[in-house]
Amino acid sequence: MDLRGKKVTLHDMSLRDGMHAKRHQITLDQMVRVACALDEAKMPLIEITHGDGLGGASINYGFGLHTDREYLEAVIPKLQHSKVSALSLPGIGTVDELKMAVDCGVSTIRIATHCTEADISVQHIGIARKLGVDTVGFLMMAHMIEPEALVRQAKIMEGNGANCIYATDSAGYMLPADVTARIGALRDALAPETELGFHGHHNLGMGIANSLAAIEAGANRIDGSVAGLGAGAGNTPMEVFVAVLDRMGVDHGTDLYKVMDVAEDLVVPMMDHLVRIDRDALTLGYAGVYSSFLLFAKRYEQKYGVPARDILVELGRRKTVGGQEDMIEDVALDLARERGLSV
Amino acid sequence: MGAKWRAAIIGPGNIGTDLMYKALRSEWIEPVWMVGIDPTSEGLERARAHGLKTSAEGVDGLVPHVEADGIQIAFDATSAYVHAENSRKLVALGVRMIDLTPAAIGPYCIPPVNLRDHVGSNEMNVNMVSCGAQATVPMVAAVSRVQPVEYAEIVATVASKSIGPGTRNNIDEFTRSTSAAVAKVGGAKRGKAIIVINPADPPIMMRDTIHCLTETDPDVDAITASVHAMVREVQKYVPGYKLKNGPVFDGRRVTTFMEVTGLGDYLPAYAGNLDIMTSAALRTAEMFAGDLHV
Repeated sequence: MDLRGKKVTLHDMSLRDGMHAKRHQITLDQMVRVACALDEAKMPLIEITHGDGLGGASINYGFGLHTDREYLEAVIPKLQHSKVSALSLPGIGTVDELKMAVDCGVSTIRIATHCTEADISVQHIGIARKLGVDTVGFLMMAHMIEPEALVRQAKIMEGNGANCIYATDSAGYMLPADVTARIGALRDALAPETELGFHGHHNLGMGIANSLAAIEAGANRIDGSVAGLGAGAGNTPMEVFVAVLDRMGVDHGTDLYKVMDVAEDLVVPMMDHLVRIDRDALTLGYAGVYSSFLLFAKRYEQKYGVPARDILVELGRRKTVGGQEDMIEDVALDLARERGLSV
Repeated sequence: MGAKWRAAIIGPGNIGTDLMYKALRSEWIEPVWMVGIDPTSEGLERARAHGLKTSAEGVDGLVPHVEADGIQIAFDATSAYVHAENSRKLVALGVRMIDLTPAAIGPYCIPPVNLRDHVGSNEMNVNMVSCGAQATVPMVAAVSRVQPVEYAEIVATVASKSIGPGTRNNIDEFTRSTSAAVAKVGGAKRGKAIIVINPADPPIMMRDTIHCLTETDPDVDAITASVHAMVREVQKYVPGYKLKNGPVFDGRRVTTFMEVTGLGDYLPAYAGNLDIMTSAALRTAEMFAGDLHV
C-alpha cells in the first residue's frame, strides 16, 4: 500500500466518543486539559459533545456531568490551532442545540443518522449549511448495507448540502475489504469536491488497518481517539495511527510525540476501566452491534444475571440500531425470564 | 344512543384511509366525505368504492356541502401547513376538528388522559400530537397520578417503512411536540422525547420506552396497579397496545416497555405507530359524539 504524499485531516474523538467510556462524566478540567494538549499537538479537529451528540443528555443514554454548552464554552476560547466539531443525531437533538453549538464557536457540524435513514437529516443539514459551517453527513452502522445502498443515502446528504460524507463503522464490524468497497463506491459516485471520512471502532482490532484502507480508497478525514478512549473497544487509537501515518509518509500535520503524551499522561489516567478488546467488546465487533451498548449490557448483566455477551448477541439478532439503548434492559429482562432468573 | 355523527376526512393518504376503515365500523361516527387534492388519487377512489362522497378540490370542495350533508366533525390528516386554513373554514361552519397534523392549533388530546376535559369544555379543535405521544403519555400520566414526576423521557422506535416523508423532513416537530405533551398532558415537570427509526426487514413493531423520575421514592404497588389500569384503558381503543416489560423500579426511575401492534386495517400490523394515531383520533370523535360510557 503506497499512501505517500496523501493529505489527511485527523479528527479526535476522545472527548465525544470517549464520553461513552466515561459514562459522560468527563470533568470540565479534564476536558480543557486534554483539548489544550491536543491543540498543542496541532490536532486539526476535536469533537466535543455528549457521547450521543448534542442534546443526548437523558436517562436513556446517561446524563452528562455538564451540559454541551458548558463543555464547549470552557474549551473553545482556549484553543489556538484546533477547530471543534459537534455531533448531532436527528431524533435525539434538535436544530436548537445545533445553533447553540455554532454560537459557541463550533465550526464543524456532523449530522448522524442510521445508514438507511439519511432523509431524516434534511432539516439539520440545511440549517448547518445555512449557518455556514463545515457540514458533515455521518452514516452510522454502515456495515449493515451494501455499498450501492450506502451511495444512495450519501447522495441524499450531499444533495442537501453536506460537504463531507462519512462511512461510520459504529459496531467495529468491518474488515478492510468492507471499507474499501464502501469508500470506493462513495468516491466513484459523489462529487470530487465532496470529502469522505471514516470513523472506526477497534472491536476487532481493525481500527488502523481499516483507516488505511479508507485513505487508499479516497477518504481524507479519519477519526481516531487518543488512547482509543471511545465506545466499545474504543476508536482507532490516534497515537498509533499517527505513528503509522508517519512511517507511511502521509501528510497529517500533527506532532506524534505530543499525541503520544496526551494518550499516556492525560487520557489513560482518566479511564474508569481499561478500554480494550474484552470479550464483550469483541462480541460487538463479531455480532455487529452498536459500540455504545457495551457498558449498558455490562450494567444489566450485573442487575439481572444474564451475561453481557448474550444480551449483545440478542440485540444483534433483533437488528437494533444506534439509539436503541432502551432495548438493552428490555432484552436483559426477556432473557432473564426465559432462564428462570428472578426479575 | 342517538344518530351517528357525520364526518369528513381530509387527506386520503395512508392515515386518512386507515381512519376511514376504522370509522366505517364505528357505532358513533359515519364517514361521509373524503377530501383530497388529486383527482387521480387512489385514496379517493378507495373512498368512493366504500360509498363516501369525494372531492379533489381540497377543503373548498367540501365547504358548500357541509350544511346539506350535516357534517359535524372532520379529521384533518393533511399537513401542518394547510391545517390552519382547513380548520378556520370548517370551524366557522360549526364543524369540530380532530387534527392529526403537527399544527396543534388546539389543545393536545391523549384520550385516556384528558379527552373528558376537552369534551367537557366543548373544544372545537383538538390535536392528536404524535404517534409517540399517544403511545407514551398515558404511561407518564399513570405514574404522575400516583406521585409527582420530576422528569419523564420517552423513546419511540418505529419501523422505517412506517415513517413517511412528512415526519422525515421535519423530525424536530416530533421531538418538540412529543416532549411538550409528555410534560403538559403527562404531568411531568419536564419532558423529553427521542425517536429512533429502525430499518429491519421484516419491519419491527413499534416499541416505546417510558422513563419517569419520581420526586420521592416510588410507591411500587400503587404505580404498578396504575400502569396496568392505564394499559387496559388504552387497549379499549388500541387492542395491540401491550406492556412488554416493567414497570421496572431502579431508585427513583420507573420504566415501562411497550409494544404497539396495529390492527392491520389499511396499514400493516407493524405500523402500530400510525394505527395508534387513527385509533386515538376516532376514539376522540366518538367521545365527542356522545359515547362517554365505553
